[in-house]
Amino acid sequence: MTNHIVKSYDAEFAELDRLTAHMGGLAEKLLADAFASLDRRDPNLAAIAVASDKAIDAIEQQVQERAILMIAKRQPLANDLRHIMTVLKIAGDLERIGDLAKNIAKRALAVAGESHPKPLMNGLRHMTELAMRQLKDVLDALSTRDAVKAREVWHSDAGLDALYNSVFRELLTYMMEDPRNIGLCAHLLFGAKNIERIGDHTTNIAENVLYLVEGVAMTDERPKGDDTSSMIMTKQSG
Amino acid sequence: MDMTVANRIEAERLAPVTTAAKPAKVTAKDVNVYYGEKHALKHVNVDIPDRGVMSFIGPSGCGKSTFLRCINRMNDTISSCKVTGLITIDNQDIYDPALDVVQLRARVGMVFQKPNPFPKSIYDNVAYGPRIHGLANNKSELDQIVTASLEKAGLWGEVKDRLQDSGTGLSGGQQQRLCIARAIAVNPEVILMDEPCSALDPIATAKIETLIDDLRSNYCIIIVTHSMQQAARVSQRTAFFHLGTLVEEGPTEQIFSMPHDQRTQDYITGRFG
Repeated sequence: MTNHIVKSYDAEFAELDRLTAHMGGLAEKLLADAFASLDRRDPNLAAIAVASDKAIDAIEQQVQERAILMIAKRQPLANDLRHIMTVLKIAGDLERIGDLAKNIAKRALAVAGESHPKPLMNGLRHMTELAMRQLKDVLDALSTRDAVKAREVWHSDAGLDALYNSVFRELLTYMMEDPRNIGLCAHLLFGAKNIERIGDHTTNIAENVLYLVEGVAMTDERPKGDDTSSMIMTKQSG
Repeated sequence: MDMTVANRIEAERLAPVTTAAKPAKVTAKDVNVYYGEKHALKHVNVDIPDRGVMSFIGPSGCGKSTFLRCINRMNDTISSCKVTGLITIDNQDIYDPALDVVQLRARVGMVFQKPNPFPKSIYDNVAYGPRIHGLANNKSELDQIVTASLEKAGLWGEVKDRLQDSGTGLSGGQQQRLCIARAIAVNPEVILMDEPCSALDPIATAKIETLIDDLRSNYCIIIVTHSMQQAARVSQRTAFFHLGTLVEEGPTEQIFSMPHDQRTQDYITGRFG
């Protein structure tokens, strides 16, 4: 990419990218901490995770202000305009990812005192690992403008949805097996739903990376695999 | 006018102008321009649709003004200038030796960068063209043409009480609208504008842009501009020139959001120029 004649314009883009990357890094860490605090029943870590969401929100605010100022000052066109608009949208998705991860950490605080059979966490652990990998890949795709990688992430969301379906069934089964699990499992269900939503925001980011790189909006039907809204379970089928 | 008609007209006005299906008003086929040894314009091919605005953009010296001036044969006045290829208006070759250049220039009006009203009254500035082309049979017809032209140019309200004042006494923006009124007084089909707003303040510019938008339903307008934002605002199609070549031409929204050619992208985003 050749540079702008106005050097400070390039510096503004570099700063916008730096802020977005920083936000992405914080969101990754927040998600990892949120799950770990739930898994290890660590209220201190949960509190740290909850607090770190504020930093993400603050950076999103900065990205917005800078983007608006750049539009006003530079009247960007073509790839520059797409760059600014996608960064704005990506910052919005990262902010939502932060909120959803924070919500998991809050649940860690709520269930800190409850009994905590290990197997219950397995499904959620797999979901978190997959969501973390997607988030990392999409942030890499963003920083390297890698359309191939962004498309891979976009397609991989179906896997996370499938995992969510099975976690949903699994947690229902645990609740039916032993009512003492219900409190924890209800929280874990919401946690799983949050991770599924994080996957959707990651997919949004992948679409925006594709738009940024290729200049065409992703029009394919999204791979949808979340069937839980129509799922019911009886003792027999469970 | 009842509301449904008003709504329909408004909807038509706001509807994206699809230029692709329209027959071309002006067509250039393999147009080359030489200033002596210098090959200023190279193999330009373009169809310019009627009832719409096309903008020509590109760095200084890229050939856009040269091409504009081919369309009303202004380059004829430069002795070292040679034009080859074919330019037609309504399928008529405008470089046909049998064609009357004075008549051509009545069909193809031009507005320049610097407003250049004649040192005459506002009335006479507009009446000048219709008089020499014999468009009015009597004083009252001439009055009508002057009034209608000033109205179309959005200047009537500001000058109707002082038509005998000198045109050069108007503000820059008013002078430019007077020049547009003068251009449309002879009932042209094509209007060429060579950076019509570059000497104007933002408010006068906004008035000219509104005017261009109003005029496009009746004329084929071609505008050369150095302001990308202006090109994006006023035109439905945009052509990018670079080093004497027409690099890319297409719907304005595509040129400014997703240009196909790297040179176009680099130019409009301020990466060279």
